Amino acid sequence: METLDIKQGLDKSAVSVKEFVYKNITPYYGTDAFLVGPSQKTQKLWEVCKIATKEERENNGVKSVDTETVSGIAEFKAGYIDKENEVIVGLQTDELLKRAMKPFGGYKVVQKALKEHGLVPSEQVNTLFSKYVKTHNDGVFDAYNAEIKKFRSLGFLTGLPDNYARGRVIGDYRRVALFGIDKLIQDKKTDLENITGPMCDATIRLREEVASQIKALKDMIVMGNHYDLDLSRPAENAREAVQWTYMAYLAAVKEQDGAAMSLGNVSTFLDIYIEEDLNNGVITEVEAQEYIDQFVMKLRMVRHLRMAAYDEIFAGDPTWVTEAIGGMLNDGRTKVTKTAFRFLHTLYNLGPSPEPNITVLWSPLLPENFRKYCAKVSIDTSSIQFENDDLMRTSRGSDDYGIACCVSYQEIGKQIQFFGARTNLAKTLLLAINGGKCEITGTQMVNGIEPCDCEYLDFDKVMANFKIAMKQVAGVYNDAMNIIHYMHDKYYYEKAQMALIDTNPHINIAYGIAGLSIVADSLSAIKYAKVKPIRNEEGLTVEFKIEGDFPKFGNDDDRVDVLAHNAVQDFNNELKKLPVYKNAEPTMSVLTITSNVVYGKKTGATPDGRDKGIPFAPGANPMHGRDTNGAIASLNSVAKIDYKDSQDGISNTFSIVPKSLGANKEDQIDNLVATLTGYFQHGAQHLNVNVLDKETLIDAMEHPENHPQLTIRVSGYAVNFIRLTREQQLEVITRSFHESM
Amino acid sequence: MYCHNPDTIDTHGGQEYEIEELVQRAIKMKSYFGDKGGVTVSGGEPMLQAKNLITFFKRLKEEGIHTNIDTNGRVLNHPVMELLDDYTDLVMLDIKHVTEEGYQYITGEKNKETAFNFAKHRETSGKKMWLRYVLIPEITNKPELLHALGDYFKTYKTIEKIELQPYHKLGIHKWEALGWKYELEHARENTDEELQNAAAILSNYFKKVKIN
Repeated sequence: METLDIKQGLDKSAVSVKEFVYKNITPYYGTDAFLVGPSQKTQKLWEVCKIATKEERENNGVKSVDTETVSGIAEFKAGYIDKENEVIVGLQTDELLKRAMKPFGGYKVVQKALKEHGLVPSEQVNTLFSKYVKTHNDGVFDAYNAEIKKFRSLGFLTGLPDNYARGRVIGDYRRVALFGIDKLIQDKKTDLENITGPMCDATIRLREEVASQIKALKDMIVMGNHYDLDLSRPAENAREAVQWTYMAYLAAVKEQDGAAMSLGNVSTFLDIYIEEDLNNGVITEVEAQEYIDQFVMKLRMVRHLRMAAYDEIFAGDPTWVTEAIGGMLNDGRTKVTKTAFRFLHTLYNLGPSPEPNITVLWSPLLPENFRKYCAKVSIDTSSIQFENDDLMRTSRGSDDYGIACCVSYQEIGKQIQFFGARTNLAKTLLLAINGGKCEITGTQMVNGIEPCDCEYLDFDKVMANFKIAMKQVAGVYNDAMNIIHYMHDKYYYEKAQMALIDTNPHINIAYGIAGLSIVADSLSAIKYAKVKPIRNEEGLTVEFKIEGDFPKFGNDDDRVDVLAHNAVQDFNNELKKLPVYKNAEPTMSVLTITSNVVYGKKTGATPDGRDKGIPFAPGANPMHGRDTNGAIASLNSVAKIDYKDSQDGISNTFSIVPKSLGANKEDQIDNLVATLTGYFQHGAQHLNVNVLDKETLIDAMEHPENHPQLTIRVSGYAVNFIRLTREQQLEVITRSFHESM
Repeated sequence: MYCHNPDTIDTHGGQEYEIEELVQRAIKMKSYFGDKGGVTVSGGEPMLQAKNLITFFKRLKEEGIHTNIDTNGRVLNHPVMELLDDYTDLVMLDIKHVTEEGYQYITGEKNKETAFNFAKHRETSGKKMWLRYVLIPEITNKPELLHALGDYFKTYKTIEKIELQPYHKLGIHKWEALGWKYELEHARENTDEELQNAAAILSNYFKKVKIN
């Protein structure tokens, strides 16, 4: 088949993926009526996957692990689910759900994860990594100072990617399909030639990085060969476009096991090839949907080897294959295509699922039929999340972006980010009340805060001390981040993903905070009620007595909402003052994943009346049960946090019972569309939507076998509910389920 | 008798709000209303506070907010008429039964005529109305009653749709908590077939029939 013959209508002269999309996109304004069910092949494959995932659950969450091979782009031979039914091929290892060792992030973690399943690495691997190979984790701990270790171990900084891969980098996987790898290698070789002296640190490093990217590209060709695919040339039809794109992503998840390994925004791109084949009569809608179903099925089967402790911060074995769908182009056209519908439709064809993490880029300008379909899918499956396209596109600039992890804008192929987990802001506030000491151990953490011995807490004094604490915590946090990313580049560089990104991209460093609603409510209690700290013999606070009532975050009450807004702004401003490795631009998120539970455990009683050990609210959510003025008031409070101060994202997880959203499906859809539109008009950035009755979750706790695919959005991602620990399940159930708008 | 919000019936209960406070809350929610949303007052019986509602709705109209009343239509006096005619964009009128006996059985009061006059008044004003009808097997969900209901309203032009509310027992615990007897305890819930049959009958008379 000659490329030019079948692609007559397609303009392939573009020099970038973005330009190709601009020239060839077919926006779609119609309804979901064209969609079709899963093909027979797809159904057969999915049955195999369902049996395998059941076995996985029954086998303590891991089906099998290869203990011989150090995973890499081309290390494993071909693996299949059921070869004759696979239209889109490729697995991370040679067997479905078999996990691989990726020890460059940290060997101890791999050993521990294996040990938890009664396994050990092969002798050869063990010798290599115990004696000869240095990992990212080794490098970080060589450079960490005592102060960083102290902040880390006492829970002020938690979840730092210092013993696992940082993830969050999104390769432009579309490039492999559009250009073929030979062309990509040529371009990188040219880039390498142009990186010339003087040979300072930055130049030498970049030359080494680009050289390793070229090796990765060559490995990708070998990986394709294992499956009899010639990735050296561009994709020539729709099936190949999907296959090539998936292969590029597969290279990334064979090499890296970052917490979040986003896919980007491939649906609009793939639609161009599908439209072309449909128009030429080469395929029908059945094949079109089959490609997407099978692609998505493969994404659902991505696995990484994790140790049990990892589950505390990222529960439910997530992989964050985040795919951003929808949004607008800067020229006013919509990015919604039929393939946007096809992606969402996989949640019916294959049933609900947390992965891929489907994220709808929402704008009131999206076609009405698409907005309604998204709302319907959300109500039916609780599997998708929504983010404000107008806000991100206009304030960040590009209309060709994906979402790294949960909420983080990332221009595809032009930018990356350095993931930085988060600071416990509630614990930072307690430093302000405890003379700079950790409220649990009494360890001196920050200096310059006078011990406070007054009977009632004084707002101005606490605020002043809080600012002193924030400044010093930010400094330690920044130090840790610089070390981590320096070492990650050195020992676990993402050569496959970076090979699909422009040489020397813009970098955002992604700081984060947890415990925002506790900070806001605590400050509000101190300001509007009387708060009496109860101290132990060491003078550390163990409890707070509150006299009188106070406004609580989540009720659209400016008196407290401004305290949340300012806390975000203040901490972000402190971070922005500090120098970052590779001149990355500081950004910050209000996001917790599921670490809100473990953060709670590590934090003493707080002045808002929360007891020691009680979980935080997730992300930017109001504290459970305190947003009593209805769903809209709760949303309005979160919307007041300024995206300018938190450009890495502001996560809000919203659960509503179906009945309060509307008496029937039609009303529910209209009301969810209106809710999303209203929330984003207030300048909000992100919303996870669960439309569920608590009873369903309680039943799933008791009868997990009846709910194998029950999916719930937690904080920027979704989980298979029955894979959460009981403690996490209970925490989800205690969250506010709005029973009125 | 089957109200699922019995806690709102007592006219001396509830929490008092300043009208302007409610208006300000509505303004903050305005962007969430979309094309179809707005402020709906329900009860209890909101028409018992018609004068206050005039002030409230007048302010909402000034702010460009859609106004809607969910009522059983058992009060129809001058303030109610003014509220309906000048300030209420949509009325959702609950029709309990088509016969006087049925009305009395369900509500304990003779007010079928007022409710039907209420509907007539709304029809004369030419402004939008939805009917709501609770389907209880044997009590309101009988073919002859449904035909009578349709026949009575078939010439009305202001009725956009009729919403059918299948009777359910979810409200029982609320009644018991308030120390009231839930007199329909022995009524059963509709089967799917009964619901579909009712909808089929009514669709002969109304533009749109929706089962909630």
